[in-house]
Amino acid sequence: MTRILGVLGLLVVLYAALAESNPAATSTRSLTSLANIQGRYGVVTLGAALVIITGGIDLSVGSVVGCATILFGVLMTDYGVPPPAAAALVLLFGATVGLVNGLLVTKLKLQPFLVTLCGMFIFRGAARMIGSVVGAQSVTEVHPEFAPALDAMTYYLVGKDEKGALVFPAMFALLLVLAAVVGFFLHRTAYGRYWYAIGYNEQAARYAGVNVDRHRAAVYVICSTLAALGGILLFLDINTHQADTAGAGLELYAILGAVLGGCSLRGGEGTAVGMVLGAMVLPVIEKLVNFRGEKSTVIPVVIGTTLLIGTIVDELIRRRSRLNR
Amino acid sequence: MTPNSALRPPHTPPPRLRATAVGKRFPGVIALDGVSLTLAPGEVLAVVGENGAGKSTLMKILAGVYQPDAGTVELDGRPVRFAGPREATAAGVILIHQELNLAENLTVTDNLFLGREPTGGGGLRVLNRRAMADRAAGLLARVGLPADRLRKRVELLPPGEKQLVEIARALGTAVRVLIMDEPTSSLTQKETERLYTVIDALRADGVSVLYISHRLAEVTRCADRVAVLRDGKNAGELARADITHDNMVRLMVGRDMKQFYPKDKRSGVGGAPVLTLAGVRYRGGPDVPASLEVRAGEILGMAGLVGAGRTELSEAVFGVRPLTAGELRLDGKHLRVRGPADAIAAGLLLVPEDRRLHGLVTEAAVGFNLSLPNLDRLGSLLGVRRRAEAELHRTWIDRLRVKTPSAAQPAGLLSGGNQQKVVYGKWLARGPRVLILDEPTRGVDVGAKAEIYALVDELAGRGVAVWMITSDMEELLGMSDRVVVMHEGRVAGELPRGRLTEEAVMHLATGGTAT
Repeated sequence: MTRILGVLGLLVVLYAALAESNPAATSTRSLTSLANIQGRYGVVTLGAALVIITGGIDLSVGSVVGCATILFGVLMTDYGVPPPAAAALVLLFGATVGLVNGLLVTKLKLQPFLVTLCGMFIFRGAARMIGSVVGAQSVTEVHPEFAPALDAMTYYLVGKDEKGALVFPAMFALLLVLAAVVGFFLHRTAYGRYWYAIGYNEQAARYAGVNVDRHRAAVYVICSTLAALGGILLFLDINTHQADTAGAGLELYAILGAVLGGCSLRGGEGTAVGMVLGAMVLPVIEKLVNFRGEKSTVIPVVIGTTLLIGTIVDELIRRRSRLNR
Repeated sequence: MTPNSALRPPHTPPPRLRATAVGKRFPGVIALDGVSLTLAPGEVLAVVGENGAGKSTLMKILAGVYQPDAGTVELDGRPVRFAGPREATAAGVILIHQELNLAENLTVTDNLFLGREPTGGGGLRVLNRRAMADRAAGLLARVGLPADRLRKRVELLPPGEKQLVEIARALGTAVRVLIMDEPTSSLTQKETERLYTVIDALRADGVSVLYISHRLAEVTRCADRVAVLRDGKNAGELARADITHDNMVRLMVGRDMKQFYPKDKRSGVGGAPVLTLAGVRYRGGPDVPASLEVRAGEILGMAGLVGAGRTELSEAVFGVRPLTAGELRLDGKHLRVRGPADAIAAGLLLVPEDRRLHGLVTEAAVGFNLSLPNLDRLGSLLGVRRRAEAELHRTWIDRLRVKTPSAAQPAGLLSGGNQQKVVYGKWLARGPRVLILDEPTRGVDVGAKAEIYALVDELAGRGVAVWMITSDMEELLGMSDRVVVMHEGRVAGELPRGRLTEEAVMHLATGGTAT
């Protein structure tokens, strides 16, 4: 609870600073577009956060997003796969990646950090190998018949009309829907209990009859599938994508968002509400830096510093509460 | 001052080590209550006693790991009070722990000099490799290890050789007192023989050796004198000529039953076998298969010294360790256990020895823990029924009288006894057929103990087959309807209620033959 209030307070401060920086920053249009970006980050953050709750880590998220984006474009452009089918294949790709990660972590008992670090390289490289530049326009140039389907997907998933103008923050709405589903699983079902139990104390969960391996693997599948969904959203949201940069660094944004939202890297902690709030922080910071007219090069420093301060405050609170016990 | 030292003629040299009326308490336990012992130069003194008699605590005080609350320790007649193992080592008192303290990833040579490497180059502390190699070869020769071990990483050595490396490391210092805590617990027969030879050599060199062991046979083989501890006090000493298995056991046991063990609800006569272990072997276990049966409505006590393989056997039955041979039967029918989930589904439940590691998610709430293995009964996979869950929490917190402000309290904040009740609660909510209790009252206060005993009696009375592993002799004698004793991984013998005495249990547990 205190964690949620903490990140909520941080958001209030950031939004206030945003309003103060430039009147244009708090126009409805600006806030809607910000919310949409927050939604896209949030979708990926949910998955990474679930992995973190079970005491794991997934560093391959950003590369899976990038690979999914490129794969989505290539499937449509080069192979003529219709958009809905292509999207389904991309999600299947994500699920497969997650399954492999999960099996390597559980059956071979490899360290999640290493397994997913390798994945980070592999899928970035794979993205480069299957295509260099993709975009909706290049799809419709080759296959004009895909335009209606692509436009519909863009409208319902991203909230942009055929001219690329933002109509409503569909990605934020999607985030809320997905967060509700994740929250339901996490807080209302036996699955969520098992995930927390595994994250806190894997041995105790095992002795209580929980199939630890299966649940761990499942969470990696969810994470990578959501990353693939993030890749599809990215494709639909932005005009052109390069294999080198699409989704690059997103794994760290997702981990940061999860941690800001109250997930402990030691595992066992985190809430769905916190994940959403945590994922909202970084886009606001980026926006704030833009509106204050700073160079975008300061963004990483600002983000890193914010998280470091947050971590220090969190640790101090933790120590105090431990002393009180 | 003991009267002994006052009477000592002035010309006699002081003993190498003398502990006088040493006391040590831990929260809730008096580990040592006025223990005294002496150790002459070049003497091998074995310290024996039951689990919890205070042997390890005493050794740790002598080696500076703990500081005594009362009493004095003298080394060569001078009082010493070591602030830590480092000071003790500097004074020549070295403890070799049960779990060895070697840096497994370094070579044998590196380990021999760890923390006191010969160096040159002033502040740069450049390792003098040649000096290390030269001295290391000599040290290994003294413990009978071939020189080719010098450059091997310690993790590649068998346990017995690691033990010898520890001894060699001690020899590299000016060791005067070598304390070994259960040195042979992980050694093979051959490795043990080798250790005896090394101990004989140490004795010849004038090094005093303090030797803790559960294996009375080997004490007979290598000790010059035996000191027996019981309940944190001296229980007696045996000179060389008097060291026999029976003499030691007699001193180790012998006390009166202080506590009340209820037998109100159960008959004490087991019914049909519920759980049968037929020739069971498990991965990482001993070569000898284990067979036993637990009957409906009885409490089967399982005795054995630390390391006898009791916990491991129960874990194999519970599905934590995979079986490699033999069969489990529930009500006479084959039972397949691939993991704890299978055991739990069959009503075979384990209250584990290490509550904080295996029994509870200590960071999570009491309610969370009570629910964890019962979620399948609290609604479908999609959604836990909140009301049913709250009902379950209320029921078991009330029935077991768990003292907690609410079900939302983190389990780790409860007292040991209440934590243990939560572990019972989560299983009782399922309704056990076989309940395996591993050290059911460890770290539990007296009040909660009595409640747990009453509960176990009631469960047995309702036909639950109880398998109780315990190192607490009183508990074993007080609660068991029948006892199986284990020794070094095998079932050493079985004692019916009528023949259940402390002497009989210790006889079997220390490797004596069944009568």
